Amino acid sequence: MMTQGIQTVSYIASSILFILSLGSLSNQESAKRGNIFGIIGMIIAIFATVFGESTEGHTILLIMMAIASVIGIGIAKKVEMTSMPQLVAILHSFVGLAAVLVGFGSYMDEKNQLISGAAHTIHLIEVYLGIFIGALTFTGSIVAWGKLQGTIKSNPLIFPFRHTLNILMVVISIGMMIGYLDSHPSAGLNTLIYMTIISSVLGVLLVMAIGGADMPVVVSMLNSYSGWAAASAGFMLSNDLLIVTGALVGSSGAILSYIMCKAMNRSFLSVIFGGIGNSSSSIQSAAITGELKPVTIEETCDLLKEARKIVIVPGYGMATAKAQHAICEFVKKMKDQGKEVTFAIHPVAGRLPGHMNVLLAEANISYDIVHEMDEVNPHLPETDIVLVIGANDIVNPSALEDAGSPIYGMPVIEAWKAKTVIVSKRSTGAGYAGIENPLFFKENTRMLYGDAKKSVDALVHAI
Amino acid sequence: MKVGIPVEILESEKRVAATPKTVERLLKQGFEVLVEKNAGARANFSDEEYVKAGAKILDQVKSLYEASDIVLKVQPLTKNEIEIINSGTLVASYLWPAQNQDILKALAEKKINAIAMDAIPRISRAQKMDVLSSMANIAGYRAVIESANYFGRFLNGQITAAGKVDPAKVLVIGAGVAGLASIGTANSLGAIVRAFDTRKEVREQIQSMGAQFITVEIDEDGSTSTGYSKEMSQAFIDAEMALFRAQAKEVDIIITTAQIPGRAAPKLILKDMVESMKPGSVIVDLAASTGGNCEVTRPGEVYNYKGVTIVGKVDQLPAQASGLYGNNLCHLLDDMGKNEKFKIDMNDDIVGRAMVVYNGEINWPQKPISVSAQPSTKKETAVKLEAPAEKKGTAPMIVGSLFFALILFMIGKYSPPEFLSHFTVFVLSCFVGWQVVWNVSHSLHTPLMSVTNAISGIIIIGGILHTKVDITSPISILALIAVLVATINIAGGFFITHRMLKMFRR
Repeated sequence: MMTQGIQTVSYIASSILFILSLGSLSNQESAKRGNIFGIIGMIIAIFATVFGESTEGHTILLIMMAIASVIGIGIAKKVEMTSMPQLVAILHSFVGLAAVLVGFGSYMDEKNQLISGAAHTIHLIEVYLGIFIGALTFTGSIVAWGKLQGTIKSNPLIFPFRHTLNILMVVISIGMMIGYLDSHPSAGLNTLIYMTIISSVLGVLLVMAIGGADMPVVVSMLNSYSGWAAASAGFMLSNDLLIVTGALVGSSGAILSYIMCKAMNRSFLSVIFGGIGNSSSSIQSAAITGELKPVTIEETCDLLKEARKIVIVPGYGMATAKAQHAICEFVKKMKDQGKEVTFAIHPVAGRLPGHMNVLLAEANISYDIVHEMDEVNPHLPETDIVLVIGANDIVNPSALEDAGSPIYGMPVIEAWKAKTVIVSKRSTGAGYAGIENPLFFKENTRMLYGDAKKSVDALVHAI
Repeated sequence: MKVGIPVEILESEKRVAATPKTVERLLKQGFEVLVEKNAGARANFSDEEYVKAGAKILDQVKSLYEASDIVLKVQPLTKNEIEIINSGTLVASYLWPAQNQDILKALAEKKINAIAMDAIPRISRAQKMDVLSSMANIAGYRAVIESANYFGRFLNGQITAAGKVDPAKVLVIGAGVAGLASIGTANSLGAIVRAFDTRKEVREQIQSMGAQFITVEIDEDGSTSTGYSKEMSQAFIDAEMALFRAQAKEVDIIITTAQIPGRAAPKLILKDMVESMKPGSVIVDLAASTGGNCEVTRPGEVYNYKGVTIVGKVDQLPAQASGLYGNNLCHLLDDMGKNEKFKIDMNDDIVGRAMVVYNGEINWPQKPISVSAQPSTKKETAVKLEAPAEKKGTAPMIVGSLFFALILFMIGKYSPPEFLSHFTVFVLSCFVGWQVVWNVSHSLHTPLMSVTNAISGIIIIGGILHTKVDITSPISILALIAVLVATINIAGGFFITHRMLKMFRR
């Protein structure tokens, strides 16, 4: 059995390994090592806990973990890269659920009812907070999963007095906490259960109100919450490893949310509390003039034949059409013909931060030709053709030109600066932000209608 | 409605306002098209082609004008034409309203509604009707071809067995549409091209076409919001002249394209500069029709001035020029509502401005309209946008940090030491996380998410610690479920991360 001291140093080792794991993700070369660090850290932490002095029921624990590992790996093996966002969302809900359960366990644990005074109060607050965040994360993630999966409609659910109701629920939760602090354990348990219900409802309402395009923010926000839930569990158990890890994950999620918000030029609060598109702007959006100019596969081929520099801008439409492999074929053919092909990725393209990179990597496209928006924008004027596949809002010039547009100020890929823009799109509908895209009406834009995968396949054959 | 295409009176005008192709377009828009006999002859379009396209040929210009509601022309109406045309007819043609005040008056008296194609505002929506651009493109190309013809030497440099041939040096003055077309053509023929323009904003465009941008040392920008350049100060003009004087001695071909709307073209190449040029050099003056940029230009003529060929007229490639001009006109009529919804809307930005004579009133000079965003004004708006944001930023920040300090103080005052040590760990970890995660590459955000997700499964420790020997107790059951879901999370999270990272390759 491990002594307290050995357990503590093991936890320190795990903490360091976790930090290294996140640090290694700074580039693709070291990233694989980073995952290994994480795994080792986790194994050390679990073993040090299971075989610690105060742990009971080793056998059942190990059996449980073995079963769960098989389930976890089974799911992770089967999942398709395009449904990555759903998987991440559902895994977040597990952390939330675990946090709720650990919170209740900690409340019911007799050991903790022996302490008194300020320490007792603090412990009770920790439990309360931990369960609150956990329940919120749990239901919120399930709704996010449903929306990403398509089982729940992705348009934002907006009803009157939504904000009032949400605030009311938070206020009631806080009010209930004051009574709960003084109450007898059994009465306190009831309060905790009521609060869990309120918080679960709150989680559902918050995520229901968020539209499809804001999903990257929501998923990273829930990622952050799951971290904070772990950290609060650490506080209630007086376990530093949980605190460190929870804080790491929490701040990572917070940074991701911040980056995503920045990329959409939205304030964090406006994303959490409401969908885009319904922001009632007082300035009238400029009317769009011009016409859509459809183009056939053959005409597109002629355009491509004469191009030397091609930039591909993928969006969520590429993911839904599963066009990435066809695109890889296309890139190979173009490269064989001596053309320069690169990708431009907008930070919020897709439904997860970095979603497009993963899909392109899956299709065997070298990450050396996959660039970020800021790297590509200055080179667009020399580009012959920009091929926009299933993207809309992230190439919308209104973001820069039209102060009345709801997405005004959002950084976008300035596709229209290239000599010709070809937009592959299923229909003439607006993007997730629900606004018209003047890019489609520009003089140098051609519309290639049809399913992205079919269009690209046809291009591959026709070239 | 009937659209009439008459023969151009001016002999040297080889273009025609509609080609058989654009006649087809007009018919598609719902118009009837009448063409005077031999209207397209000078541009090599026969009457049969027009008939085949669906037009009706009329022998007499008089009957054509009587029958037409809309007349499309290239050159302005002459006095004789104005006499035989119906009142209320809409005429679209070149007009040069600034130079042709008397024609405007005659049109107004006869109550003819006249659209000056050269007065179409140069805004993006009107680009497809902008005849100045479409014609200038041709002129720019042709200027180089003409100059090469009269120059009589290679334009490109060659090293042959017989010896070395130096490339010709071409100076293009004015980098509008014509200037840029000249630069591109001369460059592709292999000449060394230099270009001058008073507008600093065109530097990039000049360089992108393959020329060297030359300028004077005086800091003055000639760009205006109308898309043309303005007249410059005397000091600037002096410096400019000195520059041209020096260039004239060096270059073999000068192509000038400088025009100021509504005025005579500025004189940029003076007599002494022409005399200083090498014998055999060529000057092509594209501004000849408004007086010429060169002092010795004779509009409409090509002649030799002391060994230098001065080209004052440029062939218009009449067939293609007519096609483009005809397309411009089609776009205009399309914009005005085609046949069934045809309407003269004087509130429209384009029609309202180009319609220089309407209902007997002269609508010239037109109100200014802005087409090019100037860098200076852009900067101002940017500053304006930033300023309130800054103000907004500081106040909440102070409140926020005060609030934060207060919370820290309260925690320090009332919490037990054990909590404080955990709290220290928590705050430091947040900072470590913050520092580490900012370095994560954007492309690895999804793996970052799944790995942090796996790591947050560390909450399993909570479950493990609560498990009792008696696994049927409520605490144990809760704890074991927690362990179960957390492990799924850990295993699934790490495995999917592994799968993803494996895919990233060069």
